[in-house]
Amino acid sequence: MANIIKVGMADLNICKAPDGITTLGLGSCVGVALRDPVTKIGGLLHAMLPDSTVIKNNTCVEKFVDSGLDELVKRMVRAGANRSRLEAKLAGGAQMFAFQRNSDLVKVGERNAEAARKKLRAMRIKLLSEDCGLNYGRTVIYYPETGIYVIKAVGKPEKNI
Amino acid sequence: MNDNLGLDHIDSGYLDVLKEIGNIGAGNATTALAQMLQRKVDMKVPQADLLEFRDLGEAIGGEETIMAGVYMVVEGDIRGSIMFLLEKESSRHLVNQMLGGMGDPNAEEFGEMEISVLKEIGNIMTGAYLNSLSDLTQLKIFPSVPEIAIDMAGAILSVPAIEFGVLGDKILMIQTRFTDDMAIDGYFILVPDVDSYHKIMKSLGMV
Repeated sequence: MANIIKVGMADLNICKAPDGITTLGLGSCVGVALRDPVTKIGGLLHAMLPDSTVIKNNTCVEKFVDSGLDELVKRMVRAGANRSRLEAKLAGGAQMFAFQRNSDLVKVGERNAEAARKKLRAMRIKLLSEDCGLNYGRTVIYYPETGIYVIKAVGKPEKNI
Repeated sequence: MNDNLGLDHIDSGYLDVLKEIGNIGAGNATTALAQMLQRKVDMKVPQADLLEFRDLGEAIGGEETIMAGVYMVVEGDIRGSIMFLLEKESSRHLVNQMLGGMGDPNAEEFGEMEISVLKEIGNIMTGAYLNSLSDLTQLKIFPSVPEIAIDMAGAILSVPAIEFGVLGDKILMIQTRFTDDMAIDGYFILVPDVDSYHKIMKSLGMV
């Protein structure tokens, strides 16, 4: 029986098909899903902030898009995934309130999504599809078996990307 | 700028002070709520917890619980933000109390009027909370106009969590439980920036 592994905020984990991996209520955070389509090893990162190099208190690598993705890929490769075959899908990065204050945090959702695109490009991991931005929360479930990324939002039909 | 005042260095004395601020603030907010509803509202002793980000969702009954979050930016001597969160059911109950039965108790979505009432509830509650913090510390605090989101708790909480994320790896949350004829769970999350933490503690003679 397949399990669904849960990833919290500022957290990451890996799984192997037929298991899936999920994170609940993504707001301005981003959920980056990766898989190796051959070994069917998948992983999910729920990162809060774009860049670990500009913040001092950065002992928690999973908190950031850049250091989180490095760690996720490392974990997946250790579990048997092939680095060069990895593919990605991306969701989240919403702006939950009409304003969000303070220079560091203006449009942090958008900046998280952009940081993820940039980091994936730098790592030569292909971003297959994404569902980012707007002003609502998302629950996501990723199935490394098929590469389907299920997106759920309050009052909206479920979709697969 | 004091780098030693990241939230990861909090000790229990410090947490007790924040809890007490929460207690007084929430007490004041409860009084405001009672005046608004013109009925008796009781408050339980608030809980103040320093949580790991990944435990945040569980602490408020699940990331997918639908909640109303009223969010305000704070300026003045203390800079940061404050959020007041209410479960959707509690929100519905409070709105109906305020509107005296004019709202539709069974409607799935909140209408424009109800959203506006919720914003005002959040405004009054956080205002009362901030007033007591201001009295206690003798610091000037000015909240902005409120913004509201009704969505999954995890998504709403990502906003203050990200603000805490800049400071450290934990989030401080003060939970207040009110009771009128039904229990209402409300949460305050105050996110001062690093300098403001220092100011609050200093004004209270903690540093």
